[in-house]
Amino acid sequence: MSSFLSASIGRKFLMSITGLFLISFLCIHLTLNLFLTFDDTGTLFNLAANFMATNPFIRIMEPLLALGFIIHIIWSGWITLENMRARPQKYAYGDQLLSWWAPAKNMFILGFMVLIFLIIHISNFWIKMKLTGDPLLKDVVVDGVEMHNAYALVSNLFLSRWYDLLYVAGGILIGLHISHGFWSAFQTIGFSNQIWLKRLKFLAIAIGIVFAAGFSYIPLYFMIKF
Amino acid sequence: MADIILNKIYVKVWRQNSPKAKGRFETYQVENVSQGTSFLEMIDILNDKLIREGKDPIAFDHDCREGICGMCSMYVNGHAHGPDTEVTTCQLHMRKFSEGQTIVVEPWRAAAFPVIKDVMVDRTAFEKIQQAGGYVSVNTGGVPDGNVILIGQDDAEEAMDAAACIGCGACVATCKNSSAMLFVAAKVSQLAKLPQGKIEAKKRAKAMVAKMDELGFGSCTNTGGCELACPKSISIAHIARLNREYLSAKLSD
Amino acid sequence: MSDLNSKIPSGPIAEKWTNHKAKIKVVSPANKRKLDVIVVGTGLAGASAAASLAELGYNVTAFCYQDSPRRAHSIAAQGGINAAKNYQNDNDSVYRLFYDTIKGGDYRAREANVHRLAEVSPNIIDQCVAQGVPFAREYGGTLSNRSFGGVLVSRTFYARGQTGQQLLLGAYSALNRQIHEGTVKMYTRHEMLDLVVVEGKARGVIVRDMVSGEIKRFGAHAVVLATGGYGNVFFLSTNAMGCNASASWVAYKKGAFFANPCYVQIHPTCIPVHGSQQSKLTLMSESLRNDGRVWVPARKEDAEKLRKGEINPNDIADENRDFYLERRYPSYGNLVPRDVASRAAKERCDAGFGVNKEGMAVFLDFKYAIQRLGKDTIAKRYGNLFQMYEKITDVDPYKEPMQIYPAIHYTMGGTWVDYNLMTSIPGLYSLGEANFSDHGANRLGASALMQGLADGYFVLPYTIGDYLGSEIMTPRISTNLPEFEAAEKAVMTKLEMLFNIKGKTPVDHFHKKLGAILWDHVGMSRNEAGLKQAIDEIKKLRKEFYADLLVPGELKNVNPELEKAGRMADFLELGELLARDALNRKESCGGHFREESATEEGEAKRDDENFAYVAAWEYKGVDTEPALHKEELVFETIALTQRSYK
Repeated sequence: MSSFLSASIGRKFLMSITGLFLISFLCIHLTLNLFLTFDDTGTLFNLAANFMATNPFIRIMEPLLALGFIIHIIWSGWITLENMRARPQKYAYGDQLLSWWAPAKNMFILGFMVLIFLIIHISNFWIKMKLTGDPLLKDVVVDGVEMHNAYALVSNLFLSRWYDLLYVAGGILIGLHISHGFWSAFQTIGFSNQIWLKRLKFLAIAIGIVFAAGFSYIPLYFMIKF
Repeated sequence: MADIILNKIYVKVWRQNSPKAKGRFETYQVENVSQGTSFLEMIDILNDKLIREGKDPIAFDHDCREGICGMCSMYVNGHAHGPDTEVTTCQLHMRKFSEGQTIVVEPWRAAAFPVIKDVMVDRTAFEKIQQAGGYVSVNTGGVPDGNVILIGQDDAEEAMDAAACIGCGACVATCKNSSAMLFVAAKVSQLAKLPQGKIEAKKRAKAMVAKMDELGFGSCTNTGGCELACPKSISIAHIARLNREYLSAKLSD
Repeated sequence: MSDLNSKIPSGPIAEKWTNHKAKIKVVSPANKRKLDVIVVGTGLAGASAAASLAELGYNVTAFCYQDSPRRAHSIAAQGGINAAKNYQNDNDSVYRLFYDTIKGGDYRAREANVHRLAEVSPNIIDQCVAQGVPFAREYGGTLSNRSFGGVLVSRTFYARGQTGQQLLLGAYSALNRQIHEGTVKMYTRHEMLDLVVVEGKARGVIVRDMVSGEIKRFGAHAVVLATGGYGNVFFLSTNAMGCNASASWVAYKKGAFFANPCYVQIHPTCIPVHGSQQSKLTLMSESLRNDGRVWVPARKEDAEKLRKGEINPNDIADENRDFYLERRYPSYGNLVPRDVASRAAKERCDAGFGVNKEGMAVFLDFKYAIQRLGKDTIAKRYGNLFQMYEKITDVDPYKEPMQIYPAIHYTMGGTWVDYNLMTSIPGLYSLGEANFSDHGANRLGASALMQGLADGYFVLPYTIGDYLGSEIMTPRISTNLPEFEAAEKAVMTKLEMLFNIKGKTPVDHFHKKLGAILWDHVGMSRNEAGLKQAIDEIKKLRKEFYADLLVPGELKNVNPELEKAGRMADFLELGELLARDALNRKESCGGHFREESATEEGEAKRDDENFAYVAAWEYKGVDTEPALHKEELVFETIALTQRSYK
């Protein structure tokens, strides 16, 4: 097994599995976050956030998610390093086949930028909610249950136009990353052929657009509305 | 069909006298080249001029000059086999270039393909991968009649799609990771698609991938540059099959 | 009569091979391990031989000049491979393939060899299928066949337009398996420069490492040459740039007779020469003649206008087109054999009806087939060929007729071998296109692949045992023997001599000149005066070559010019022998057309009374005339008749 995880295809397999896992997490994350825009009182979002914080299944998944992120990040660094070593001397004229911005060519850079965004994002919310706390988070009572006022924390942050723009950028970066990552993951685990390759590529772009649009919509909503 | 003549073009080419020597670019002027001339014939003209001037001609690999032997290997203006689709360098013609243009010619760049001289590279790594398992283990003689095992036309065609690989290395040259996955996939996929090759499919996939990794090729990030550069348009769908074969082999270990 | 012993077994034709196999020696497995065999060249014949011999247990050392065995020029064969499988139930048989090959070769091949070739042909297909060669299949899963020129049955197996490639990859994979097992030691980018003969037997080779420039010695109990044909002597041909005759030529100079060099096949459907900078010619598959119609303008003024680019071929009305093949050969039409089609094209162009700027091209028009079958059908049949044509010429064959012209394609002549494929030097074998082969004076389409693989898979592995069986007591050949020393020294001397001429002219210049001499006088049409002139001119050119050659670079480094110079020196001698053989053969047969021997309609006329023999030439020195040995061809089974395609 160890030889498998260090073999080129094994490494990529791990990237794919963790990537798909992270995409499934993002689906839930996006759905919940969109509650921010359905109810301006914040009750709906607070309920959802509380559900996520207390549901035992989600509690179990949380460290797994973290592990998924860590593996995805470390392995990407390893693969990238090895890949750079495979071409010690670069071309003078560069590579003219795909446009310079094509996500397929820039997955590491896109991933790195997503990581930076992720760190900011975590320090904005997760750290405050789970570790340090924040005055804005003072408990509210919904249907007789006491819970953090997560909505207050979020809506307050999105009052800053800079943060709004940052989050729009973050959404687009994730969308671009996934527009390649999604089909690439299926390709790597071997679930693809001449026909499915086209379908998966189409699906990847569609999902990428959904994520980019969905995650950008939230800050834009706050930007325009408040 | 008027024959257009390029009065003057410039060839900026990588010169390196031996594997260990330090290389550099040199720019040469070439005159009076018909656009109907092939790219390698243009290099022939340049070499003739260099020889007559007492200089060392450019060393480059080439043989059949009809796009099938896979020997020619030049990275021209940022494209493996130059700016045309579905061709090898030998099939590239000067009508793809214009008057006064500077054409940049580089060798395949990959750690696994060291430069031998100028734009000639050593692709022994491909040989080693094939030797690791790119075959069906049958001896001469003692095989069943060709029609004993029936093979569906679709399977035969798909195997043929993969088998079209000419082993030129354009995939490695183009891949930003210098990955040999398309090359390996072509062989593994061809034989996995056929009942004769199916028997050893698992062993083959493992052996060839292990050899590929050992030889210092990068890993595939599904960029897809390889299939665009491939003179035989081999699809990366074959890479998916290789992955499938490899994973199922490894998981049943 | 014959002073050559061809060792043809006695008995009825169909039993010769079986009886022969039963009688020849077999080497025990324990002894095979002690025997070394060198195989030079890794095309179909070489790769299949090296792999098969190694499987049997011999220690094989193989060489090729390319960077991989897979790149040998067998790879470029497009159309297919013949085999007498009779899968189509169209009454094909070993006998019919045998008969077609003898007739196609214009009755200048050895009956026994050709029959053996036909006999083993079905095994080749089975072997290739087992190796994973993706032959074309029917919907039901059985193997597909197509028909080819000159025969009445469908017996050609194919893998798209890349049959040669797929067969070679099959043999290459078998070879790789043996390399992996350590039974074959493979040297790529190594070129054989001399043969070492010890006490009259072939015992090794001298090779040059084309990367380091180092000269190396290799010894073995037997040496196998599978080094292809000599078509490149003409400079422009469909051969690969590196194809050369040097291995056969050094063998010739060491005593191996060279047979029938004048039998050269000229393929009618090649893309015409374009200007003076052209380096090689590209073949368009013969299958195109199934649907394309060949024509030139009927009026000279139209041809002149075409040459000047004033009119487009589509401007010429049907009644002003001369479909000369259909006119001259109503029954076979556009599907006459290669030699006939080639000569007819030359005749029209010589008469002033050529259609390209140089006046050296005829049209192959698909307009009629497209009208009849639709563009889609034509695209399905020939799409890849049309695309290749357009890439090279920038003309769309769907809209404008293709331009084609004959070009040198294959050489039927080669090193003389006996029934065991052994040359006149004991222990030296010659396989595939390198030997004088089973194709007589003309080869049928899809038969070259068949012969290469037959020799390598199913003939040599048996026949070599007969020789090696008496070598089991011979210890490993030491490369320190004085013969090796001398051969290596001779190679070094030759290379240094070429390198030190330091004249003014690069090799290619001489090669082009030689090619022009041969094409003009020893090409599609030959006559006594022309051949004599060619011999004189070649001699002159040889002198010029040794006085004015310029080889740049270093001896001990990659040096393509040095490689070419060495090959060129041999071509300059071979070209002369080619002309000499053509001069000697005062008849027309197959690819060899002597103007003096033609019917009133200008068709080839054979002279069986005086020329039903193999002309095997023995080397007597560069400037001395070679000695001619005749091997009478005895036709026990097939009666000799004049070919007719009217």
